[in-house]
Amino acid sequence: MSPPISSRCARAAAVVGAAAALAACDGPQAALDPAGPDAEAISTIAWVMFGGAAIVFIVVLVAVAWALRARRAREGRGLIIAGGVVFPLVVLTALLVFGLTVSSRINAEPDDALTIRVTGKQWWWQVDYLDAGEPVLTTANDIVVPVGAPVRFVLTTDDVIHSFWVPSLGGKLDMIPGRINETVLQADVAGAYRGQCAEFCGDQHALMAFTVAATDDFAAWLAAQQRPAAEPVTDLEARGAALFLENGCGACHTIRGTDADGTIGPDLTHVGGRPTIAAGTLPNNQGTLAGWIADAQAIKPGARMPSFDRLAGPELRALAAYLASLE
Amino acid sequence: MTVARRLVSTGVAASLLLAAGCDRDAAPQTRIVADGDPGHGRQLIAEVACGVCHIIPGVRGAAGTVGPSLAGFAERNLIAGVLPNTPSELARWVRDAPSLVPETAMPPMPLSEDEAVNVAAYLLTLR
Repeated sequence: MSPPISSRCARAAAVVGAAAALAACDGPQAALDPAGPDAEAISTIAWVMFGGAAIVFIVVLVAVAWALRARRAREGRGLIIAGGVVFPLVVLTALLVFGLTVSSRINAEPDDALTIRVTGKQWWWQVDYLDAGEPVLTTANDIVVPVGAPVRFVLTTDDVIHSFWVPSLGGKLDMIPGRINETVLQADVAGAYRGQCAEFCGDQHALMAFTVAATDDFAAWLAAQQRPAAEPVTDLEARGAALFLENGCGACHTIRGTDADGTIGPDLTHVGGRPTIAAGTLPNNQGTLAGWIADAQAIKPGARMPSFDRLAGPELRALAAYLASLE
Repeated sequence: MTVARRLVSTGVAASLLLAAGCDRDAAPQTRIVADGDPGHGRQLIAEVACGVCHIIPGVRGAAGTVGPSLAGFAERNLIAGVLPNTPSELARWVRDAPSLVPETAMPPMPLSEDEAVNVAAYLLTLR
């Protein structure tokens, strides 16, 4: 005999709920799957708090059940003092001391950490690698850091409040106009982690993401990124390079080594080597580059990138091929 | 015409209609049966984000309007209005469109030959 519909629905809901809950437990953007010391501390605190709350919850439920089943009223003065004053005082104090102790490990300030300034913009992230406070490399959206080393993130914004959050690496921190906030993150496992804006910042807030890739070969990456853009090799790429300037793309975008020196949009000097485009919105390939150029306003309405919808097919392909070649 | 003959002819007509319906159900007008794994193809379509430019039924977020909608693609006779819509042509097309039609806006996509077969297999399930 099949179970009644309500119980089947409940079972299905439980399965779906558990799957949804587990789905968030790992992957590139998961506070429950920490990949660095800060995220580890936050995760530990969360689990201990959860465990503590669960125990208190069970004790209270048992007390309620016992009270409901009791035959006669009891003189409960001692019980009230023990359960209502002493118990919460002891338990909450212990949890507070534990939480403060562990959280003091978060954001430990290193002396000579790599410093990266991230500036929130509607709706992307400008990324400047600093040396003695001066930028030595400007890029966008896809951040690369060394494995196992603390990195100081200097966070600010050009427009509204944004919030910088990489759940796998640590807690979130707001980017506030006119202020500079600092946080230190460390990735102990090589890999790519996803971050996203965690403070509503306008229409395309949901499409304001970024990646943090931790690599063993950071020095080589930095040196390669500091070089000017690759020269076009094929005829198609050369045509794309010319079209880039003819269509005025250089008014907003910089490609170092060319006449394009705009600063309104992301630096594209090495855009071909990034994993995503449009701030974590799309994977990066010639197809998505062409689609983004042709129809940015459909993909991310309100973004400052216009849709270049007057380009002929081969022109669009040439631009995409050129940008993809800028590794 | 007797009642019996009328009944017979009605019966014949009805069974013809039914048979016509059966026939269409049994052998739909698929011009092509693709090799490859449509499920994997659909996953690849999501990964490389074909949906930036195309509406693709069954692929979440695939709502692009730069290129044509791929709804009902299996019923379409021509790819890009130029090539016959066969599985092999389609697999070549999704991987390297400009080598087949130089005037296209569709760039080469980062798919292996096997992956392209799977992508084509998915597109040929779209009726």
